[in-house]
Amino acid sequence: MAVLKEVFPVAAEDFVSAGEASAQIKRLLKKLGVDGGVVRRISIASYEAEINLVIHSLGGQMELQVDEKEIVLIVSDVGPGIPNIELAMSEGYSTASDDVRMMGFGAGMGLSNMARNSDEFNIESREGSGTTIRMTFLLS
Amino acid sequence: MELYRHSVRLDKGKCVGCTNCLKHCPTEAIRIRGGRAMILEDLCIDCGECIRVCQHHAKVAVSDPLSAINRFRYKIALPAPTLYGQFKNLTNASSVPSGLKRMGFDAVFDVARGAEIVSRAVAERLAQPDCPHPLISSACPAVLRLIQIRFPELIDNVVDVRSPMEAAATVARSEFCQEHGVRPEEVGCFFITPCPAKVTAIRNPIGHEKSAVDGAISMLEIYGLLSHQLRRGSVKNQDEQARLTALGLGWARSGGECACLGVEEALAVDGIENVSHVLEAIENDQLPDLRFFEGLACSGGCVGGPLTFENVYIARNRIRALVASLPKDPPTATVSEDLHEAMRPLIGFDRPVRTLESMKLDTDFKSALAKMDRIEEIVKKLPGLDCGSCGSPTCRALAEDIAAGDAKEMDCLFLLKDKVRAMAQQMIDISGQTRD
Repeated sequence: MAVLKEVFPVAAEDFVSAGEASAQIKRLLKKLGVDGGVVRRISIASYEAEINLVIHSLGGQMELQVDEKEIVLIVSDVGPGIPNIELAMSEGYSTASDDVRMMGFGAGMGLSNMARNSDEFNIESREGSGTTIRMTFLLS
Repeated sequence: MELYRHSVRLDKGKCVGCTNCLKHCPTEAIRIRGGRAMILEDLCIDCGECIRVCQHHAKVAVSDPLSAINRFRYKIALPAPTLYGQFKNLTNASSVPSGLKRMGFDAVFDVARGAEIVSRAVAERLAQPDCPHPLISSACPAVLRLIQIRFPELIDNVVDVRSPMEAAATVARSEFCQEHGVRPEEVGCFFITPCPAKVTAIRNPIGHEKSAVDGAISMLEIYGLLSHQLRRGSVKNQDEQARLTALGLGWARSGGECACLGVEEALAVDGIENVSHVLEAIENDQLPDLRFFEGLACSGGCVGGPLTFENVYIARNRIRALVASLPKDPPTATVSEDLHEAMRPLIGFDRPVRTLESMKLDTDFKSALAKMDRIEEIVKKLPGLDCGSCGSPTCRALAEDIAAGDAKEMDCLFLLKDKVRAMAQQMIDISGQTRD
């Protein structure tokens, strides 16, 4: 019974607008009056997800679904996919380029941070086509 | 709930209903209704941006007139560090306290000293093992209120230490009473303020119930009178000069508090938009190594306050020169162990900083969801130009106002134009279908 559904497109390598989608999501949740702790966790997870799309994908989107019980964030992209998810999930592992690291990203905490901050975390990836992450945050 | 009294107000007679303040308000707290600006009190943080941008001087800060000091038998002036950057050729800093005394004050206690007392207390909090990361400065009341409204999750990071103005008033009153053997209620402490947010913070303190300060007088209000006194030079009294030190005075500029604390991994940000951006980053956990955050609403820091006379860059530079000429003792040297201990029970917060829920669309989550759905529908119809002609700052804000029942779709000039055109076409169609 999804009540509210919003889609935020994220372009690859667009560092100018990087962070804007997660900022909009955060603002929307605050307007709704979602509990501060939940907003904080979604802020962290959605920002990591957005930066991942900018750095690693060929473009994608974040879809926010809100109902009375839960908030779902589906992050999907067109991209190279992740060959070894278990390795990618481990803290400190990163395939980011030196350029990206110079910008302060690519610490290899992204996926593990998303998993830690969400109540349910699901990742599916196909090499050569793309990755979809589904994060659920329970309300109350 | 207590009545919240803002310092920033509208002078209706001067307002022409232009959109300057509307477009610059960082919290979208202004609407134009009936051809005049209107401040949404729940959202206003008293930052004074609207005072700066209003070409018609219709936005004003209500502070106390100088005559307010006569309510008290004994009067103490608490000049903000910023005051020292307002005057040309201020070769001797002690002339400022002398001038204030000639204006009717019995004593002068520099808020720069209060800043050192606060810094020592904050440094102690930073050294505690359970100190939040990052610790956020409580010095700027506009930023505090911004956190209450837009960043409630960061409230627990705000250091629970009162502002330099409060510390200064507490010590000044107690010293004066001891020295002259008078009762505390006979003594009035007046802050010489660079900003409206401080005026509001005296009437409605954040984090404590009552302010130790009895009133706030705007720097603009006393500027002429004081500069006239300054031309007469200082009285032969070296005491006051000796009290002013570099690190306390440095609080006038952005970064002054960080410098006074002397911690690495501290970040000072000035300008309300910049502060918002960095608070967003802190909320996203983008700055995990940061230990202290100093956010000041005004560009340049307090020297950029809307109630100052001098241009912010000129004032900054004067403060810099003055700081360079003063001894650079750290707060551990300038604030005695005895004073630090005596202030310990007085300087902390005595009530929690509350979350303000003014951003919420509705108190009921289900109704808020329905409203958000409606807002998204309306946003799609609007032109997305954020022109402000409807009286709301952005198209999204108009959509929110419509959903809240405070505006109508036809308030949008573009939707109105389309409607008129469609109606005109209908008229033409109808006239073609009738007999001559």
